[in-house]
Amino acid sequence: MPDQRVVEPEYLLLEAPREKKFITGSQAFAEAVKRANVDIAIAYPITPQSETMHLVGDLYAQGYVKDYYRAEEEYGAMSAIAGAVRGGARAFTATSGPGLLRGLEAIVSWPGHRIPVVLGVMTRVVNAPLSIQPDNIEISYLLNAGLVVLHAENQQDVFDFTLAGFVISEKVDVYLPVVVATEGFFVTHAKGYVQMPSEDMKLPPRDPYKAPVPPTDCEIPPARIQRDAPVQKSNFMSYLIHAVWQQEVWSANRRAMKWIYKYLGGPVEVVNPDAEVFIVASGCAAAQGREAQRYAEQEGLPVGLVKVKSLRPFPEKEVREALKNAKAVIVPEHNIVGWLAKEVKSVIPNSGIVIDGPRVYGGMTLPVELIMEEIYKALGIKKEKKTVV
Amino acid sequence: MGLEYVRISPGFERYMPRDYVDLVKFGQFGKQVDVMQLGQFKELVEEHPMCAGCYMAYFIRVFYAALPNPEDTIVLGTAGCARLALSQAAVPFIYGNYGDTNAVASGLKRALTIRFPDKVKDVVVIAGDGGLMDIGFGMTMHSWFRGEKFTTIMVDNEVYGNTGGQESGMSPKGVQLKMAPLGKKFDKINAVELAQVAGCVYVARISPTNPKRIAKVIRRAIYAAREFGPTFIHAYTSCNIEYSIPTREVLKDAREREKKDFKFYEWMTDEVKEYLEEIERKEKEKAKQEVK
Repeated sequence: MPDQRVVEPEYLLLEAPREKKFITGSQAFAEAVKRANVDIAIAYPITPQSETMHLVGDLYAQGYVKDYYRAEEEYGAMSAIAGAVRGGARAFTATSGPGLLRGLEAIVSWPGHRIPVVLGVMTRVVNAPLSIQPDNIEISYLLNAGLVVLHAENQQDVFDFTLAGFVISEKVDVYLPVVVATEGFFVTHAKGYVQMPSEDMKLPPRDPYKAPVPPTDCEIPPARIQRDAPVQKSNFMSYLIHAVWQQEVWSANRRAMKWIYKYLGGPVEVVNPDAEVFIVASGCAAAQGREAQRYAEQEGLPVGLVKVKSLRPFPEKEVREALKNAKAVIVPEHNIVGWLAKEVKSVIPNSGIVIDGPRVYGGMTLPVELIMEEIYKALGIKKEKKTVV
Repeated sequence: MGLEYVRISPGFERYMPRDYVDLVKFGQFGKQVDVMQLGQFKELVEEHPMCAGCYMAYFIRVFYAALPNPEDTIVLGTAGCARLALSQAAVPFIYGNYGDTNAVASGLKRALTIRFPDKVKDVVVIAGDGGLMDIGFGMTMHSWFRGEKFTTIMVDNEVYGNTGGQESGMSPKGVQLKMAPLGKKFDKINAVELAQVAGCVYVARISPTNPKRIAKVIRRAIYAAREFGPTFIHAYTSCNIEYSIPTREVLKDAREREKKDFKFYEWMTDEVKEYLEEIERKEKEKAKQEVK
């Protein structure tokens, strides 16, 4: 392990020279953790996440991470993460599909407990019949909890979102957990080019006293919310306490947006803004959408792409602006319910232009041809279908 | 730091609530109190919303008086009756989710160890039979297997008191409770034996009839956890409501159970024994000198 010097987040994230490496998504998670000055990581096996936490375990063995253990199961892991963060440590963990759902009771209470942490989510089928493949329906369970949710398209996003995630989560005006989701296998087990700053630099340590809710460490008086009896009485004060606290959680969630602009170049990426037909996609579907947009451009078709990087806070204004002249919006997704299509419909005035799909699920790949078909349909282009037997 | 954060900043005494000023002036911070003098000093927990005659409330009161280091102690609890009092004490308290105490405490204690390697920060879980032996069972056991250095105290009222009186794994066999309409069909879980097998370095079972003994057991469990590993106290704290024990019979009931299945039991490893003897010898010497 090289001696790591502490550098300012702005330098590490935005200015430091970067070197190109060809690595898997799991490695990209670990490379970010390596530079994040993490105190403790808590692991529990589940495919396809396990490899990430193996690599983080290696970082612990090398001295990059101060403490690490394999938990009893995900509810225990996510609860211990809450304990460690409340004790003032910087923490990281990751999970997938059924593991995420097992840990969900703890995870969705992190925002209310004001737990700044980064959680990697490598998507995988949930529900029955079970499989280990990268369906991403689990992300929809995370959208209503107050968590900041970023969705990575590729290995580069995984690295950038994870490293920036630690910085954003600990901002005093945010102070919320940041989820970095990406598709299992497609991203975690495949290699891609990742530009990374040198590994001899790391973020400054967490300062738990720079916080809207102080740590519980007997060094500083605790906040009232930590002291008072849980608000479980049936009276107006208890309703009010919960209500104002959750309002603040969601306000903090929206305040993350300015940091997403600062560190990640904004919550959306728009390709060909003057197009008539747009593909709106996140995660791996955005990679396929990007290909479809490229095909369409080669064919001279007026097609654009809106890649959504941040699902929470959702870029309402940005999506509305990007789609203001759109005639049709195609939303390709890796799940059966179409959670992104619903989000998009909810923020534009003319939701009728949104085409639900194409969707694949159960972990199937999303062929670019499926998106092209929708593009042709939207533009009224008739293509003969060739069936090759 | 401990004491620093409880102290009132100069000039602010007259603006602080009377209760808080008393707590700092006449309370336990920075000194050891004798539990036999309960009522003669400002206690860490005074008002609580627990039922009249609740033995758990009494136990918790003695627990706070027994703390060796209240200004550097963090208490964790979970859903159930105990947290109603724990959350109102003048000691930082963490209430997470259902049955998560021993997982949260594991993360918390490790974080404090990373951040304050040279300071004593005691972490103590006080949860009920349901929280520790039913819903949180896996996390309780695994915190012991892992050798996490904190104390777990089970306040066992043999029932889910706070949700209306349902059977728990710690209810005695045959007792008719809600969700056990024909009576409980299996034995009370042997928590003490489990703790020993799972790696606790100090284990005690107690029916809290003797405050001096309660205090001694609590202090021993906390001291041992600092140095050696997980410690566990199983305390009988009857639910006089669900088990219909008349308020004035509560102590009598505890004495009766003490003769039956809650006989005082204490077990510790040899190194813990040696360590505690040394601490207690020093404490006695210090007390003697103070008398002089």
